[in-house]
Amino acid sequence: MDKSNLSKKELFNLLQKMILIREFEESCGENYAKGFIRGFLHLYIGEEAIAVGSISALREEDYVVTHYRDHGHALARDLDTNSVMAELFGKSTGVSKGKGGSMHLFDVKKHFMGGHAIVGAQLPLALGIALACKYKKENSVVLVFFGDGAVSQGTFHETLNLASLWELPVLFFLENNLYGMGSHVENTRAEGRDIHSSAESYGIHAEIVDGMNVLEVLDITKKSLDSIRNNSRPILIEAKTFRFSGHSMADPAKYRSQDELNYWLKRDPIESFEKYLVDENICTQDELKKIKDQVQDEISKAVEYAIKSPEPSLEDLKKDIYA
Amino acid sequence: MTLMTIRQSIQKGLREALNNDPSVFLMGEDIGEYGGAYAITSGFLEEFGSDRIKDTPISEATFIGAGIGAATVGLKPIVELMSMSFSLVAFDQIVNMAANLRYMSGGQISVPLIIRAPTGAGMQLGATHSQSFETWLSEVPGLKVITFSSPSDALGLLRSAVKDSNPIIIAEPAGLYGVRGDVSDEYYEIPIGSASVVKEGNDVTLVSYGHGIPILLDTREELIKINIDAEIIDLRTLNPLDMVSIDKSIKKTGRVVLLDTSRKLGGIMPEIVSRIQENSVDFLDGPIVSVGSENTPWPYNKNLENYSLPNVDNVIESFREAYKI
Ligand SMILES: Cc1ncc(C[n+]2csc(CCOP(=O)(O)OP(=O)(O)O)c2C)c(N)n1
Ligand SMILES: [Mg+2]
Repeated sequence: MDKSNLSKKELFNLLQKMILIREFEESCGENYAKGFIRGFLHLYIGEEAIAVGSISALREEDYVVTHYRDHGHALARDLDTNSVMAELFGKSTGVSKGKGGSMHLFDVKKHFMGGHAIVGAQLPLALGIALACKYKKENSVVLVFFGDGAVSQGTFHETLNLASLWELPVLFFLENNLYGMGSHVENTRAEGRDIHSSAESYGIHAEIVDGMNVLEVLDITKKSLDSIRNNSRPILIEAKTFRFSGHSMADPAKYRSQDELNYWLKRDPIESFEKYLVDENICTQDELKKIKDQVQDEISKAVEYAIKSPEPSLEDLKKDIYA
Repeated sequence: MTLMTIRQSIQKGLREALNNDPSVFLMGEDIGEYGGAYAITSGFLEEFGSDRIKDTPISEATFIGAGIGAATVGLKPIVELMSMSFSLVAFDQIVNMAANLRYMSGGQISVPLIIRAPTGAGMQLGATHSQSFETWLSEVPGLKVITFSSPSDALGLLRSAVKDSNPIIIAEPAGLYGVRGDVSDEYYEIPIGSASVVKEGNDVTLVSYGHGIPILLDTREELIKINIDAEIIDLRTLNPLDMVSIDKSIKKTGRVVLLDTSRKLGGIMPEIVSRIQENSVDFLDGPIVSVGSENTPWPYNKNLENYSLPNVDNVIESFREAYKI
């Protein structure tokens, strides 16, 4: 890993957030098995460095838009852990009052403009928010996440074209985890594994980053945000990553080999960052343990909160349809 | 007779089509290596090879459009959508192209395309993943829309769809893939446009399709306890509608209840209400009762979703209130 000029506190924050996401996701898996969480549940395990590295570089006035694999982005954006867990439990105290569920997390106060579950549908939304930011002469940037699968939707290409043509402040963040459900990217994309090349054909500068390295993600995101704020030109970052579990809880991931999984498990973004912090004498084993204990405590409390929270009332069914 | 699930009967029909007709091929997201989101095409890639079982990227508008194109020049594509909710991404191709091509070309072109899509709410998938657009598609001239609630119907209708020269939407009730039933070992077809009388009865006509049929079967059992003998009609085709079967039943029973598990507003039932009004209102002893889901987006929360979805009690209450029983 690169040397960084971050303070110890900043480095600890990055680690703490990644561990929070990991433990949160593992708890989700357990609570899905127990029947507390239902519907489609997509875990972010393995990809934590992307959400944490990129979102940590944002300002409060910036926006985040993402897809259905959204727990990591939500926690990285400091959505309340209790309220995110409560949403997954379908409770009225959830970020979306129990109406959205895992795939549809929202917190507008935090400029977290949603998890969106139609593949590719979030991209035009992000474009429009960026259009409004420019129109209102705000200096905000819109950070939008999407997967390698979404690149095959027309909305991806149409959004890139307009973002470039209208010079809008969008940071496109492609989480290339090599698979869209069971389909390997080489079977779905004509350009092969390196998808960023299609950005260049729209005149959008593209960067590739190791999505398993939180410091690299942070660094490239900071530089990209500076560039977007100064030049009002969109940028696309393609992160190489891997989801450690199946697409959703229903997927045993038989289409991937154990060798391929092992290759990526060795690059675990949390383990490698911990090793870096210890090797560089930034962090002791005791401090690591303390972070983990704190996180586990936070997650247990979130689960308890979600269990104890009330269900929405039946009248809520017909609320929130019109403004 | 062989006992099988709806999933197995669809598999049987698809295998048959692939084996009997070299112009048939399957296309869709994750239907090959993954075996299909609902495991309908599990094992097909190994059996038929990648020319006939084509995995596509997540490009619904374009692969459905490509299915239309291939159909216009002699192939018989059977395209799978992972969910009826995702048909929206391809609506332009389905409506403007597949449905209109024949008419616009003065009858020169036909589009023998099948689009299969799992449909329905009830699995806590939330607003974007629980919608039943087969009701919207049912009002598009040029399309035929079929659905089923038993393995036998699923196979018989699929066979007819494969022989048909028009674009056909098969709305597959996602909650019923595991439903079991007997399927004849003799070859048979079920004509598109024919409803079926699932249970005969004399006192009230209960009409639904897909996910609504198991609810009506339970409703019938409850009604028997109060000495009411209900007849159940499964529409099986949403366009063209088989009004003859409905009118015939109403003439016998004098009472009718329509049930739709998708949203009550819009949908197929208001059309049936209006046709009953035109055809057989004189035979009715009371109002036409219509029961459906609430006119709201689909919530994630289980209680809210259940509250929105119609159940046996809703059907019985509405019926008793309307007919003062
Ligand atoms: C329009 C549409 N088509 C299909 C789906 C079903 N689906 C959900 S996620 C997914 C795979 C997406 O893969 P990718 O964009 O690579 O994201 P990842 O899951 O790998 O994070 C598919 C096919 C959907 N939600 N929306
Ligand atoms: Mg992917």
